[in-house]
Amino acid sequence: MTEASTIAVSAEAGQPVGGQADEGRSLASDAWRQLKGNPIFWVSVSLITLFVVMALVPQLFTNVDPGAAVLKEARAEPGADAWFGRDIQGYDIYSRTVYGARASILVGVFSTLATVVIGLVMGVLAGYYGGFLDTLVSRVTDIFFAIPLLLGGILFMSTFPNDQNTPYLVVVGKVVLVLSVFGWPSIARLMRSSVLQVKPNDYVQAARALGASPWRIIRSHVMPNALAPVIVVSTINLGVFITAEATLSFLGIGLTPPAVSWGVAISDALVAVRTYPHILLFPSLFLSLAVLAFIMLGDAVRDAFDPKSR
Amino acid sequence: MRGLTRTVTMVAGISTVALLAAACGGGSGDKATSSSAGGKAGGAVTVRGCNPQNPLIPSNTTETCGGNVLDAITAKLVHYNPETGAPENDIADKIDTTDNQNFTVTIKKGYKFQDGTEVKAKNFVDAWNYAAYGPNAQSSGYFMEPIEGFGDMQCAGTDAEDPCKGFTPKAKTLTGLAVKDDYTFTIKTTEKVSNMPVRLGYSAFSPLPDTFFSDPKAYGEKPVGAGPYKLDSWTKNTEIKLSKFADYSGKFGGKLDAITFKIYQDADAAYTDVQANNLDVTDEVPSSAMIDDKYKTDLPDRNAQKAVGVIQTITFAPVKVDPNYADPKIRQAISMAIDRPTIIKQIFNNTRQPATGWVSPVVDGYKANACGEYCTFDAAKAKAKLDEAGGFKGGKMTIAYNADASHKAWVEATCNSIKGALGVDCVATPVVDFSTFRGNIAAGKQKGMFRTGWQMDYPSIENFLAPIFKTGASSNDGKYSNPEFDKLLTEAAASTDAAQANQKYQEAEALLANDMPAIPMWYSTATFGWSDKVTGVKITAFGTIDFSSLALK
Amino acid sequence: MYKYILRRLIQMIPVLLGATFIIFVMVYALPGDPTIGLCGERPCPAAFVAEFRDKHGLNDPFLVRYFTYMGNLLHGDLGTNFRDLAVVDELKLRYPTTAKLAGMAIVFETVIGIIAGVLAGIRKGRFIDNLVLVSTLFVISIPIFVIGVTLQYYFGLKYPIFPATVGSDVTYYKLLLPAFVLGSASIAYVARLTRTNLVENLRADYLRTATAKGLTRRRTLSVHALRNSLIPVVTFIGADFGGLLGGAIVTERIFNIQGVGGFLFTGIRNRDPVSVVGTVTVLVLVFLIANLLVDLLYGVLDPRISHD
Repeated sequence: MTEASTIAVSAEAGQPVGGQADEGRSLASDAWRQLKGNPIFWVSVSLITLFVVMALVPQLFTNVDPGAAVLKEARAEPGADAWFGRDIQGYDIYSRTVYGARASILVGVFSTLATVVIGLVMGVLAGYYGGFLDTLVSRVTDIFFAIPLLLGGILFMSTFPNDQNTPYLVVVGKVVLVLSVFGWPSIARLMRSSVLQVKPNDYVQAARALGASPWRIIRSHVMPNALAPVIVVSTINLGVFITAEATLSFLGIGLTPPAVSWGVAISDALVAVRTYPHILLFPSLFLSLAVLAFIMLGDAVRDAFDPKSR
Repeated sequence: MRGLTRTVTMVAGISTVALLAAACGGGSGDKATSSSAGGKAGGAVTVRGCNPQNPLIPSNTTETCGGNVLDAITAKLVHYNPETGAPENDIADKIDTTDNQNFTVTIKKGYKFQDGTEVKAKNFVDAWNYAAYGPNAQSSGYFMEPIEGFGDMQCAGTDAEDPCKGFTPKAKTLTGLAVKDDYTFTIKTTEKVSNMPVRLGYSAFSPLPDTFFSDPKAYGEKPVGAGPYKLDSWTKNTEIKLSKFADYSGKFGGKLDAITFKIYQDADAAYTDVQANNLDVTDEVPSSAMIDDKYKTDLPDRNAQKAVGVIQTITFAPVKVDPNYADPKIRQAISMAIDRPTIIKQIFNNTRQPATGWVSPVVDGYKANACGEYCTFDAAKAKAKLDEAGGFKGGKMTIAYNADASHKAWVEATCNSIKGALGVDCVATPVVDFSTFRGNIAAGKQKGMFRTGWQMDYPSIENFLAPIFKTGASSNDGKYSNPEFDKLLTEAAASTDAAQANQKYQEAEALLANDMPAIPMWYSTATFGWSDKVTGVKITAFGTIDFSSLALK
Repeated sequence: MYKYILRRLIQMIPVLLGATFIIFVMVYALPGDPTIGLCGERPCPAAFVAEFRDKHGLNDPFLVRYFTYMGNLLHGDLGTNFRDLAVVDELKLRYPTTAKLAGMAIVFETVIGIIAGVLAGIRKGRFIDNLVLVSTLFVISIPIFVIGVTLQYYFGLKYPIFPATVGSDVTYYKLLLPAFVLGSASIAYVARLTRTNLVENLRADYLRTATAKGLTRRRTLSVHALRNSLIPVVTFIGADFGGLLGGAIVTERIFNIQGVGGFLFTGIRNRDPVSVVGTVTVLVLVFLIANLLVDLLYGVLDPRISHD
């Protein structure tokens, strides 16, 4: 976005990349060595594994059909019959929450992946090549950045509404698409400014002088230095995407039945927030835990890959 | 009808109960019955308002937001009793007819418009002619349809988009209207209409002052009526201020000096303000406060409920659009598979009454149990009925609703009930918003079942049957057509005896049970809440605030 | 310096054009007819529909509508919307309210976020660091409407410390609670960005030099480390300002604030391109100017940056 970010922010970025000096130890194996010893890494990995398994095979966790409503028991408190109680429709909250993992994890992970991929490509294009390409990419980024995510989401989902025959993956895919289309600019900008920070450094200039291809320079010099802020922001974004899905559902335009998600569960529970908060509590708790796990993972990976933090 | 408008019901989640009150009966009320009221005269109150969709012209206002305001400003020939909904003469001294086709209206002397001019017979005739004239494009012009000469005033141009393009209707006035003298005029209808006097309380029949015709646009910004309150200022999207009209000579005046409609985007915010005493009356209690009757503890002795003329139904797409539901047995099976009492208890906290027919109990002529066993939940019978019809061929059933209002909970519960009883998958299908939803229905693109609601224009059994189920009627979403039904309606309209007319209407209603063009779900109740500053809060049969009894403590 | 500002201002033009075009296309592409629903559940009479369509130019082809609109825009005419309101008057009425709300939200997120971030950064790995991590995370993971409704209930009604809703006479006091709600999600971003950058800068050579010189810890922190760490934070806040203005849709609804969020949402619901595009044009302009200011602020925070 800015000419100003051309200037290196951290002065010490000029020092050589630590691990690369030692022969036979790649950056990745170095990072892995560090990760192995980090308890936070293991906690978050186990949580994420748990949620991913939940998303893939929810039947492992519950044999209650999430679509089975016992309306007479609606809003029942947690008990032996339904562990987490029942929601306003009389659905088993535990079962709904387990099954809800799929849509929420899909939305979070795929939106994050898509924004990172688009953002990285755009950011590197703009930052590394500069010139006219930079101007063009930066202005396009600005255009999409200037349109607020929520506004874009409302417009997009109103333009392409779902109907009863829309397949599950398309319903989820639309939410992913809209979050990606309006979510990538922040990553692109971050990436661009990181690239600009790294580019003037001696080791990059040296690699260039030695005839390294742009791809190689980007991969082995720019990426390791620039990825850190991208990982931090995109792990937080992952949580934001999951909650953005909930907000779209709140406005009546997110995921639609029969898709079950934490966001839908939370927005449905809202009418009872003053009277039966347990309906809101459980899906919120799972959502928070999932977001927490991803951010902790991002933190740990960042520490491991960032040559500066050695 | 006064539609369930978009503005107020935009957000699903924490938003509104389905009921949005209609207009009519604003500045009215029988002082004798306001015993519980008391309260002092004078003072100012604030009430919940919403954004009028159009300029405030009586014949161009068909939604509640503008209608609520107009009803406090205008006086009509008759006015509806706030308790019973029965018509009582207001400006009319008497409305005479011997044959239900020729009516002579005599108006009282001394009624004044808020611009100082007197209300005369010609003000009615001019206003109705204006409403009926096609090129004026008034949204409630169709209320004039029964009057003779209406057809000749409509556009019939060749342009598909705009029938008025390059076309001038044959007549500019209704031949059925004639001014006899300043205080008398006559109405002649094309066909016999037994409930004409009842209809005349609808705001489209308000008289308009002469100044209106010179500048309708200015009038729309600052309407002038002959009612108990006059409009002082209208700050768009924020508030509409009314004050007492000193020269009001009717008997339905109010105690308050000033009424301010504060415009809210969301019923929850209005309700919150009432709890905090920042707003005096809200005509909507949000569903979040309905659970476990929370509003009764939130607002102890500051709440009230009343049955209003609204019915919620589920309509089947026309057979041409979706043949899977064509067999009446399948329709009856679905209706019997819906556990209305449990849904009402769990989703609406008993703020609805299970419907037993297609007509609201608040109107004259209502007869219980028109739907009979088909509206009583019985899973076994429902399944048997479906098997009798040879099962459902369409795969899964769907009930569509507009996602911008809080319909999701009950539609989903209804679907679950159907699924449980019939063993056929049923999916609650949101359509993004009201405009798209109605657009799909109008274009014949909405398959399966969809939600429909009807709020009466005027308190008559006829209003629940003719506009919805008569062949080609304007709100006949299911394209229902039954010659026998139409014939009974015509006979009823011709009947000069009210009881006899009602009986014919009831016979017509009974036919609906055989064909099930729509499934009756429940009758609505309006729930009000108010601050501890006001007293005498009463709800009219239209679900609006009765301003004649409202007062400060 | 002036040349730089001028160049940036010129660059705004394509961005503005692009953003308004995208929004215009999207509103235009919305399914549904704007005249449906104007007359309640009964369809409007054909003549009414025709007059409405004609008055608002709905029958014109897309490009005609777009260029008519943009032509008027050049003359500073934002048009009149479907309710016959001049959009410019609406915006004059509503932008100050939303700007106040967003401004206060920024103050909240900056002050709380930076304090939390600094505390976490200088005590990396300790209890306070984890506390900040968990609490900001907690806020991020709750959708804004849940935060809004919950806080409104507890602090507006149950323990009425703050006014529960805002209404038409807007005061700063009334906006406190909504502004906090609006800014809450961003607090986490600010805190995390501050922490991350502070931790990096604390290890930097120039800080070691500063410490070696014998400067107090307070001075090394505030003058050297923090100032450098704030640059990405400032970028974020600049970018967030535009987002907050748009994101106010939900907050404004819950607290009944008559701002642009509600206007925008109603505009989309009514398929009213004039309302939506007008609002977004101003939104984008505010956003671009905020970003320009942020870039100029860089020069102040980091003397190595110059705009010549």
